[in-house]
Amino acid sequence: MKIGILSLQGDVEEHEYALRKAAAELGKTIEVVRVKKNLGDVSALVLPGGESTTFSALADVGQLKKAIEGGLPVFATCAGVVFLAREVRDRVVGSTRQKTLGVLDIEVVRNAYGRQRNSFETELEVREVGRVRAVFIRAPAIVKTWGRAEPLAYVETPGFGATAAVVLQKPHLATVFHPELSTTSLHVYFLRGL
Amino acid sequence: MSIVNSLEVLERLESIFYDMLEIRDRLRESGIKWSGGSAPLSVKYGFPAMLKHGVIMDVTNVEQAQIAEEAGAVGVMVLDKLPYDVRKAGGVARTADIKVIEDIMAHVTIPISAKVRIGHYYEAFLLETIGVDLIDESEVLTPVDEQHHINKWIFDVPFVNGARDLCEALRRISEGAAMIRSKGEAGTGNVSEAVKHFKAIMGSIRSLSRDEERVRDFSRQCQVPIELVALTARLGRLPVVTFAAGGIATPADAALMMWLGADGVFVGSGIFKSQDPLERARAIVYATAHWDDPEAVVEAQRMVSEKSAMLGIDIRTLKPEELLQTRGL
Repeated sequence: MKIGILSLQGDVEEHEYALRKAAAELGKTIEVVRVKKNLGDVSALVLPGGESTTFSALADVGQLKKAIEGGLPVFATCAGVVFLAREVRDRVVGSTRQKTLGVLDIEVVRNAYGRQRNSFETELEVREVGRVRAVFIRAPAIVKTWGRAEPLAYVETPGFGATAAVVLQKPHLATVFHPELSTTSLHVYFLRGL
Repeated sequence: MSIVNSLEVLERLESIFYDMLEIRDRLRESGIKWSGGSAPLSVKYGFPAMLKHGVIMDVTNVEQAQIAEEAGAVGVMVLDKLPYDVRKAGGVARTADIKVIEDIMAHVTIPISAKVRIGHYYEAFLLETIGVDLIDESEVLTPVDEQHHINKWIFDVPFVNGARDLCEALRRISEGAAMIRSKGEAGTGNVSEAVKHFKAIMGSIRSLSRDEERVRDFSRQCQVPIELVALTARLGRLPVVTFAAGGIATPADAALMMWLGADGVFVGSGIFKSQDPLERARAIVYATAHWDDPEAVVEAQRMVSEKSAMLGIDIRTLKPEELLQTRGL
């Protein structure tokens, strides 16, 4: 099975490492490839952490959207979640002209916790996965879910209350934190679902 | 090789820097109330990882910052003057105006970095307090301490430092830098020194990996913990995110630095000292992302005109006292 990581910008290597380790734990043979312009024949796609505005500036939004609507499962983390969301705004700047893929039935507030000084690490209980160490770096918050989006974990976000930290919208998985920095359990969960 | 690839590397760093963390705790007990020093390493070292394969652009006002954001920069570096103008103006170069930084924070969504003078704890403290995301302890500004850099362990905010060779890089990491960049020769539009510094760092790491005895010699010669040298040798790269900086002015310059092993690039005067800032910013972002695809780099290079590039300075015409890279070793 070939898993692609959208490698235009962000912590691509960390996801590569986590995916390989997760596959080894599962005893599954996978090939991890970096994709930029063409998706090729990947059977799942990872959207890494990074800057979502950079993804928007560089990615071929039309091509990606078509592939995802055609059934390509996506695992999105942090900036990837912003890029995959239907609705996005920024906590300070407000509405942005950013192009997104508009796939997940969620509303995202970028930089919801504030700046880097408000970044943090915590433990979360994730339904179907268990307890994980979660690293939030200038993280977005999922302030609203509807339709097929199903929250698997919640986190307290100042000003917004309890917000979804992990969302499953089959076959897609989204986390506003960075599992690739601290655990393989979410990668294992995603690979298992494929 | 991934760096923050794992908890394992972070935990190794934490144990290597145990002594430093002790100093931090002692300072805190003695009543020095720095706001920071308690951020988990995953947060401090994880942040630069999110900037990888991206471009951070020097800006001096909101308008430039918005151009950078629109072009796809992963961050902006706020300065009072672009390095080229620092060079022309002379005098003492200090950190940017707080008001300008705050104004930019209110108008762009990407991370904001700013520079402080080498050794200037209070400029760093100011920037941390107003919420700058990344601090560059930079030789482009006039150093206030010729002997010591800031002990970056006592801050929560991540720091990036410049280096010309592996010794400098590892010294900065042992002082708590969460990210390294080449020094290059800022404000010249000439990438030659950045190339030299990158090759020096990479070359030394390669020679370390071959020979265990060299690890010990290196640790002694550079006065850095042997565990840090050994970790670097084992990873075959610096254990923190490493960007290229200094004189990058064209898409091809950026691609060249990525090819040499940079995790991303800083562009200083190259964009806003050119005649075509938005196109050039876009093209440099594109070339940085697609450096391994020659056709894409050609496409990026086609987006800009050499006639619009900053003129640049031949480094051989600079007097030794005009060099910025020799500040803070």
